[in-house]
Amino acid sequence: MSDRKELLQVRGLQTTFFTDDGEIPAVDNVDFSVREGEILGIVGESGCGKSVSALSIMGLVPSPPGKITGGQIIFDGKDLTKLSQKEMRKVRGNDVAMIFQEPMTSLNPLFTIGNQLMEAVLIHHKDWSKKQARNRAVEMMQLVGLPRAEELIKEYPHQLSGGMRQRVMIAMALVCDPKVLIADEPTTALDVTIQAQILQLMKELNKRLNTAVIMITHDLGVVAETCERVIVMYGGQVVEEGPVQLIFNDPQHPYTKGLIQSVPDMRFKKQRLYSIPGSVPKPGSIRTGCRFAARCEFVLDQCSVTNPDLYQTSPVHNTRCFLYEEKEVSLIDRAVVES
Amino acid sequence: MTEPLLKVKGLKKYFPIHRGMLGKVSGQVKAVDDVSFYVNKGETLGIVGESGCGKSTTGRMLMRLLEPTEGSIEFDGKLLSDLSKEEMRKARREIQMVFQDPYASLNPRHSIGKILEEPLIVHGIGDARERKKKVIEFLEIVGLSSYHAKRYPHQFSGGQRQRIGIARALMTNPKLIIADEPVSALDVSIQAQVLNLMQDLQKELKLTYIFIAHDLGVVRHISDRVGVMYLGKMVELADSESLYSNPLHPYSKALLSAVPVPDPNFTREQILIKGDIPSPSNPPTGCTFHTRCPFKMEICTKVVPVLTEVEKGHSVACHLYNEQGQQ
Repeated sequence: MSDRKELLQVRGLQTTFFTDDGEIPAVDNVDFSVREGEILGIVGESGCGKSVSALSIMGLVPSPPGKITGGQIIFDGKDLTKLSQKEMRKVRGNDVAMIFQEPMTSLNPLFTIGNQLMEAVLIHHKDWSKKQARNRAVEMMQLVGLPRAEELIKEYPHQLSGGMRQRVMIAMALVCDPKVLIADEPTTALDVTIQAQILQLMKELNKRLNTAVIMITHDLGVVAETCERVIVMYGGQVVEEGPVQLIFNDPQHPYTKGLIQSVPDMRFKKQRLYSIPGSVPKPGSIRTGCRFAARCEFVLDQCSVTNPDLYQTSPVHNTRCFLYEEKEVSLIDRAVVES
Repeated sequence: MTEPLLKVKGLKKYFPIHRGMLGKVSGQVKAVDDVSFYVNKGETLGIVGESGCGKSTTGRMLMRLLEPTEGSIEFDGKLLSDLSKEEMRKARREIQMVFQDPYASLNPRHSIGKILEEPLIVHGIGDARERKKKVIEFLEIVGLSSYHAKRYPHQFSGGQRQRIGIARALMTNPKLIIADEPVSALDVSIQAQVLNLMQDLQKELKLTYIFIAHDLGVVRHISDRVGVMYLGKMVELADSESLYSNPLHPYSKALLSAVPVPDPNFTREQILIKGDIPSPSNPPTGCTFHTRCPFKMEICTKVVPVLTEVEKGHSVACHLYNEQGQQ
């Protein structure tokens, strides 16, 4: 898994919103990478910066008030943060595509499904004829499991159910074979049985087309079911990163531990749910020390003063918590001894 | 066994569909179609189902916020469905509701103190001093502080607002609380806090809950018994243990197997049901689930299955489990 090529690297990303209440660092020094063909989960609660990170990659941060104020997003040797609008337009769709939570608001109600799919095709293949574009649209609709594609192509978004609309969005995103697909809460607005269908489809497409997927969600169940690697975000920062097995079976950061314990499990009845005290902080309300210190039950004196680094606790597992500082040191020691 | 606090029989809600300029009724949406159940004192009945299954409509009819088209609702020995508007208003002192969206259900122009005091004024409970005292008492019970009474809804987080919503429901010392998706707008860590609070309150104040939600994990956690609804009908009703370990109705099976479980080591056979929920304005004949059911038989398209007890405390509405179907 780890020998796969890194497709996209986010380094020290800083996205700030300039509002009347001052500068709000919604994404604060975030590092991660996406590997070829993997499904990477980004999980966190509202305001943790997971969606803004995704929008930053796409160059879609609403500006003003938002702006990428630091860091790099490297894709295919290019730094996406340095590209012009025009160059970015070529990247979007061709290299990186995105689907959103609410498929109704992302589709234009005045145009047919076919019209909107063909538009996406023709923007990226300017030399194609209408017929070619239409064939491609039908082919994509079949790929995402939409029934009676030939008829559906003439219908309008309101004639489709929520699940079908999300399939159309996926078809539209994949029309130009992007290397990375960003899915921002793709199933949150859907019913459970429809959610299961869409997640199944996304897993199949990931295998078949080898498209890397960034799955942004607040639902730990969705993460466990679909992702290979997970990034946990809190207060605009990455607090833990690792393979899905380690995140669920050996969570290290107190926030990750608390989050996993607070989810009710359908398989058995827990006597009482663990609950993290306090409330989810507003973006930018905590600027010094560990962002989680105020809610943490293992808090140390230094936590409210200095923000811990993302310590490497094993070759594949990183945690932003002082409790694991020594573990990194011992890991480095071991590496020295072994060499 | 304790006496049921609430008995619902044959509850129906049909919404007319108006067409054309004269508003002629051209059809009906059967939002709730012949639903019966009971709730025992001190227990929690969970109602689950996907959007459009009629679970919220059922909840609203129990309080007569929506008038039922047909059916009887018996609460604590009284037939609610026979009460006049005025009598019903008085009866609501004992049945209160907690809503999903704590943003929309609190008046932004009223202070928390005023919001909490209002139910007491409406029901004519206590004098001004006693009411103030009670407001502060209940703020503390739900984990807020007395100084919060002077603040306004926008100054609170989502979780705190839901605590206020719960406090408001408790002000009149109700016996039954109907909670419609009370935690689905909240973050996971806050959701756990509110669920724990609701469980503590239930023990302390001997409350009975009807907990309506789409999240099957949350419903299992809080409920003693669970009813599964599909297209306006109750398709299965059982003890929560028995339903989750041994779902009988094909829809319940599919629903349970579709829920993502927060454990990457967990594997199971997923029953993916195809297609979408049919429109409730034109529901399928016979069993409404037959269009998506993997075990469809001939009888299913013709005869509506009745909710029947097949094991002790476990009822299901499916032809697979009655003799007629097995023959």
